[in-house]
Amino acid sequence: MDSAGKKSQLIIVRHSPYGNSLARAGLDAALSAAAFDQPVQLLFLGEGVLQLLSAQDSSAIASRNIFKLIGSLPLYGIETLHVDADAMGRYAIELSELPVGARPLDRSAMRQLITEHDHVLGF
Amino acid sequence: MFVVSSNMIYSLLVLSSPASGQTARSAALFAQAVLEGGHSIERVFFMDEGSYAGDAHRVQAQDEPDPMALWVSLAEQHRLDLVLCVSSAIKRGLLDQSEADRYEKSAASVHPAFVISGLGQLVDASAKSDRLITFGG
Repeated sequence: MDSAGKKSQLIIVRHSPYGNSLARAGLDAALSAAAFDQPVQLLFLGEGVLQLLSAQDSSAIASRNIFKLIGSLPLYGIETLHVDADAMGRYAIELSELPVGARPLDRSAMRQLITEHDHVLGF
Repeated sequence: MFVVSSNMIYSLLVLSSPASGQTARSAALFAQAVLEGGHSIERVFFMDEGSYAGDAHRVQAQDEPDPMALWVSLAEQHRLDLVLCVSSAIKRGLLDQSEADRYEKSAASVHPAFVISGLGQLVDASAKSDRLITFGG
Protein backbone atom coordinates (compact mmCIF):
# COMPACT_ATOMS: atom_id res chain seq x y z
CA MET A 1 0.00 0.00 0.00
CA ASP A 2 1.22 3.43 -0.92
CA SER A 3 0.41 5.68 2.01
CA ALA A 4 1.48 9.24 2.64
CA GLY A 5 1.69 8.80 6.40
CA LYS A 6 0.08 7.19 9.36
CA LYS A 7 -3.19 8.42 10.79
CA SER A 8 -4.63 6.93 13.94
CA GLN A 9 -8.12 5.46 13.71
CA LEU A 10 -10.66 4.93 16.45
CA ILE A 11 -13.31 2.47 15.35
CA ILE A 12 -16.52 2.68 17.35
CA VAL A 13 -18.56 -0.51 17.40
CA ARG A 14 -22.20 0.17 18.30
CA HIS A 15 -24.08 -2.94 17.18
CA SER A 16 -24.85 -6.17 19.02
CA PRO A 17 -23.12 -9.20 17.49
CA TYR A 18 -25.87 -10.82 15.40
CA GLY A 19 -28.56 -8.21 14.66
CA ASN A 20 -26.78 -6.31 11.90
CA SER A 21 -23.93 -6.95 9.48
CA LEU A 22 -22.32 -3.71 10.67
CA ALA A 23 -21.28 -5.55 13.84
CA ARG A 24 -18.76 -7.51 11.83
CA ALA A 25 -17.92 -4.65 9.43
CA GLY A 26 -16.37 -2.58 12.23
CA LEU A 27 -14.13 -5.44 13.30
CA ASP A 28 -13.13 -6.13 9.67
CA ALA A 29 -12.15 -2.48 9.25
CA ALA A 30 -10.06 -2.64 12.44
CA LEU A 31 -8.32 -5.85 11.36
CA SER A 32 -7.48 -4.35 7.95
CA ALA A 33 -6.02 -1.21 9.48
CA ALA A 34 -3.89 -3.35 11.79
CA ALA A 35 -2.85 -5.65 8.94
CA PHE A 36 -1.59 -2.58 7.04
CA ASP A 37 0.31 -1.44 10.13
CA GLN A 38 -1.83 1.60 10.83
CA PRO A 39 -2.50 2.61 14.45
CA VAL A 40 -6.05 1.56 15.32
CA GLN A 41 -8.09 1.23 18.50
CA LEU A 42 -11.56 -0.14 19.15
CA LEU A 43 -14.28 1.30 21.37
CA PHE A 44 -17.30 -0.91 22.10
CA LEU A 45 -20.16 1.47 22.79
CA GLY A 46 -23.76 0.83 23.89
CA GLU A 47 -25.03 -2.54 22.74
CA GLY A 48 -21.67 -3.09 21.02
CA VAL A 49 -20.37 -4.30 24.40
CA LEU A 50 -22.38 -7.50 23.85
CA GLN A 51 -19.87 -8.51 21.17
CA LEU A 52 -17.29 -9.01 23.91
CA LEU A 53 -19.15 -11.68 25.90
CA SER A 54 -16.94 -14.74 25.79
CA ALA A 55 -19.84 -17.13 26.41
CA GLN A 56 -21.74 -16.29 23.20
CA ASP A 57 -22.81 -19.28 21.05
CA SER A 58 -24.08 -18.62 17.52
CA SER A 59 -24.37 -22.24 16.38
CA ALA A 60 -28.19 -22.27 16.57
CA ILE A 61 -28.55 -19.33 14.16
CA ALA A 62 -26.12 -20.62 11.52
CA SER A 63 -23.92 -17.59 11.95
CA ARG A 64 -20.18 -17.36 12.48
CA ASN A 65 -19.25 -16.68 16.08
CA ILE A 66 -18.12 -13.07 16.32
CA PHE A 67 -16.17 -13.78 19.47
CA LYS A 68 -13.66 -15.77 17.40
CA LEU A 69 -12.94 -12.56 15.51
CA ILE A 70 -12.65 -10.66 18.81
CA GLY A 71 -10.26 -13.34 20.02
CA SER A 72 -8.03 -12.85 16.97
CA LEU A 73 -7.55 -9.10 17.59
CA PRO A 74 -4.42 -9.53 19.79
CA LEU A 75 -2.76 -11.48 16.95
CA TYR A 76 -3.03 -8.27 14.91
CA GLY A 77 -1.62 -6.16 17.70
CA ILE A 78 -4.96 -4.88 19.00
CA GLU A 79 -4.45 -5.73 22.65
CA THR A 80 -6.60 -3.15 24.43
CA LEU A 81 -10.37 -3.14 23.91
CA HIS A 82 -12.05 0.03 25.17
CA VAL A 83 -15.47 -0.66 26.65
CA ASP A 84 -18.34 1.68 27.54
CA ALA A 85 -18.59 1.20 31.32
CA ASP A 86 -22.15 2.61 31.49
CA ALA A 87 -23.32 0.00 28.98
CA MET A 88 -21.62 -2.76 30.96
CA GLY A 89 -23.71 -1.63 33.91
CA ARG A 90 -26.94 -1.54 31.88
CA TYR A 91 -26.37 -5.09 30.63
CA ALA A 92 -25.07 -6.30 34.04
CA ILE A 93 -21.78 -7.39 32.50
CA GLU A 94 -18.86 -8.08 34.83
CA LEU A 95 -15.31 -7.43 33.72
CA SER A 96 -14.57 -11.14 34.32
CA GLU A 97 -16.94 -12.02 31.42
CA LEU A 98 -14.88 -10.01 28.94
CA PRO A 99 -11.53 -10.70 27.22
CA VAL A 100 -8.36 -9.90 29.15
CA GLY A 101 -7.68 -6.74 27.12
CA ALA A 102 -11.02 -5.12 28.01
CA ARG A 103 -10.68 -1.71 29.62
CA PRO A 104 -13.88 -0.05 30.91
CA LEU A 105 -14.09 3.70 30.32
CA ASP A 106 -16.44 6.24 31.82
CA ARG A 107 -17.91 9.03 29.70
CA SER A 108 -15.09 11.50 30.19
CA ALA A 109 -12.47 8.85 29.39
CA MET A 110 -14.38 7.94 26.19
CA ARG A 111 -14.51 11.60 25.22
CA GLN A 112 -10.76 11.83 25.79
CA LEU A 113 -10.16 8.69 23.69
CA ILE A 114 -12.16 10.16 20.78
CA THR A 115 -10.21 13.42 20.81
CA GLU A 116 -6.88 11.54 20.78
CA HIS A 117 -7.47 10.05 17.30
CA ASP A 118 -7.04 11.54 13.83
CA HIS A 119 -10.07 9.69 12.45
CA VAL A 120 -13.16 8.30 14.14
CA LEU A 121 -15.11 5.66 12.20
CA GLY A 122 -18.57 4.84 13.54
CA PHE A 123 -20.03 1.40 12.82
CA MET B 1 -11.34 22.09 17.65
CA PHE B 2 -12.43 21.72 14.03
CA VAL B 3 -9.97 23.74 11.98
CA VAL B 4 -11.07 24.64 8.47
CA SER B 5 -8.24 25.49 6.14
CA SER B 6 -7.90 25.51 2.38
CA ASN B 7 -7.16 22.41 0.34
CA MET B 8 -8.16 19.88 2.92
CA ILE B 9 -8.20 16.26 1.79
CA TYR B 10 -11.37 14.36 2.66
CA SER B 11 -12.46 10.74 2.40
CA LEU B 12 -15.95 9.39 2.99
CA LEU B 13 -17.06 6.06 4.41
CA VAL B 14 -20.66 5.32 3.40
CA LEU B 15 -22.46 2.56 5.33
CA SER B 16 -26.13 3.19 4.49
CA SER B 17 -28.13 2.00 1.49
CA PRO B 18 -29.57 4.62 -0.88
CA ALA B 19 -32.83 2.65 -0.70
CA SER B 20 -33.34 3.39 2.99
CA GLY B 21 -33.27 6.78 4.64
CA GLN B 22 -31.48 9.97 3.76
CA THR B 23 -27.92 9.16 4.81
CA ALA B 24 -26.54 7.90 1.50
CA ARG B 25 -27.86 11.01 -0.26
CA SER B 26 -26.39 13.22 2.47
CA ALA B 27 -23.02 11.63 1.72
CA ALA B 28 -23.27 12.56 -1.97
CA LEU B 29 -24.39 16.11 -1.13
CA PHE B 30 -21.53 16.42 1.36
CA ALA B 31 -19.07 15.25 -1.31
CA GLN B 32 -20.44 17.87 -3.68
CA ALA B 33 -20.11 20.60 -1.03
CA VAL B 34 -16.53 19.55 -0.24
CA LEU B 35 -15.55 19.79 -3.90
CA GLU B 36 -17.39 23.07 -4.44
CA GLY B 37 -15.58 24.42 -1.38
CA GLY B 38 -12.25 23.88 -3.09
CA HIS B 39 -11.22 20.82 -1.12
CA SER B 40 -10.38 17.44 -2.58
CA ILE B 41 -11.71 13.94 -2.02
CA GLU B 42 -9.18 11.14 -1.89
CA ARG B 43 -11.77 8.37 -2.02
CA VAL B 44 -15.35 7.43 -1.24
CA PHE B 45 -15.50 3.94 0.25
CA PHE B 46 -18.86 2.14 0.29
CA MET B 47 -19.18 -0.70 2.76
CA ASP B 48 -21.92 -2.96 4.10
CA GLU B 49 -25.37 -1.65 2.96
CA GLY B 50 -23.61 1.40 1.54
CA SER B 51 -22.33 -0.74 -1.33
CA TYR B 52 -25.81 -0.63 -2.90
CA ALA B 53 -24.79 2.83 -4.13
CA GLY B 54 -23.14 1.12 -7.10
CA ASP B 55 -26.15 -0.97 -8.13
CA ALA B 56 -26.66 -0.30 -11.85
CA HIS B 57 -29.91 -2.30 -11.92
CA ARG B 58 -31.85 -0.22 -9.45
CA VAL B 59 -34.90 1.51 -10.91
CA GLN B 60 -35.97 4.72 -9.26
CA ALA B 61 -39.53 6.02 -9.24
CA GLN B 62 -39.85 8.91 -11.72
CA ASP B 63 -40.88 11.43 -9.09
CA GLU B 64 -37.89 10.66 -6.84
CA PRO B 65 -34.32 11.90 -7.35
CA ASP B 66 -31.95 9.19 -8.55
CA PRO B 67 -29.34 8.74 -5.81
CA MET B 68 -26.81 7.36 -8.27
CA ALA B 69 -26.96 10.32 -10.67
CA LEU B 70 -25.14 12.63 -8.27
CA TRP B 71 -22.29 10.18 -7.66
CA VAL B 72 -21.91 9.56 -11.39
CA SER B 73 -21.82 13.26 -12.24
CA LEU B 74 -19.32 13.96 -9.43
CA ALA B 75 -17.19 11.07 -10.66
CA GLU B 76 -17.24 12.42 -14.20
CA GLN B 77 -16.48 16.02 -13.22
CA HIS B 78 -13.88 15.36 -10.53
CA ARG B 79 -12.52 11.87 -11.33
CA LEU B 80 -13.85 10.81 -7.96
CA ASP B 81 -12.59 7.42 -6.78
CA LEU B 82 -15.76 5.50 -5.84
CA VAL B 83 -14.88 2.12 -4.31
CA LEU B 84 -17.25 -0.64 -3.25
CA CYS B 85 -15.92 -2.99 -0.57
CA VAL B 86 -15.58 -6.35 -2.33
CA SER B 87 -16.84 -8.55 0.50
CA SER B 88 -19.84 -6.26 1.09
CA ALA B 89 -20.60 -5.97 -2.63
CA ILE B 90 -20.48 -9.54 -3.86
CA LYS B 91 -22.69 -10.90 -1.08
CA ARG B 92 -25.31 -8.35 -2.18
CA GLY B 93 -25.12 -9.36 -5.83
CA LEU B 94 -23.08 -6.33 -6.83
CA LEU B 95 -20.55 -7.63 -9.35
CA ASP B 96 -18.40 -5.86 -11.89
CA GLN B 97 -17.52 -7.76 -15.05
CA SER B 98 -14.45 -9.46 -13.61
CA GLU B 99 -16.33 -10.61 -10.49
CA ALA B 100 -19.25 -11.79 -12.64
CA ASP B 101 -16.80 -13.82 -14.72
CA ARG B 102 -15.01 -15.17 -11.66
CA TYR B 103 -18.22 -16.41 -10.01
CA GLU B 104 -19.85 -17.45 -13.31
CA LYS B 105 -22.79 -15.07 -13.00
CA SER B 106 -24.70 -14.03 -16.10
CA ALA B 107 -24.19 -10.27 -15.89
CA ALA B 108 -22.33 -7.47 -14.18
CA SER B 109 -24.51 -5.31 -11.94
CA VAL B 110 -22.22 -2.46 -10.89
CA HIS B 111 -22.26 0.90 -12.62
CA PRO B 112 -18.91 1.61 -14.36
CA ALA B 113 -18.40 4.81 -12.30
CA PHE B 114 -17.69 2.50 -9.34
CA VAL B 115 -14.88 0.01 -8.80
CA ILE B 116 -14.77 -3.01 -6.52
CA SER B 117 -11.78 -3.38 -4.23
CA GLY B 118 -10.69 -4.47 -0.77
CA LEU B 119 -10.65 -2.90 2.67
CA GLY B 120 -7.04 -1.85 2.07
CA GLN B 121 -8.54 1.00 0.04
CA LEU B 122 -10.25 2.31 3.19
CA VAL B 123 -7.02 2.03 5.15
CA ASP B 124 -5.14 3.84 2.38
CA ALA B 125 -7.80 6.60 2.24
CA SER B 126 -7.54 7.03 6.01
CA ALA B 127 -3.77 7.42 5.84
CA LYS B 128 -3.95 10.00 3.05
CA SER B 129 -6.84 12.15 4.29
CA ASP B 130 -7.10 15.04 6.73
CA ARG B 131 -10.71 14.12 7.43
CA LEU B 132 -12.50 10.78 7.16
CA ILE B 133 -16.24 11.16 7.58
CA THR B 134 -18.59 8.24 8.25
CA PHE B 135 -22.16 8.31 6.89
CA GLY B 136 -24.57 5.81 8.40
CA GLY B 137 -23.94 2.94 10.74
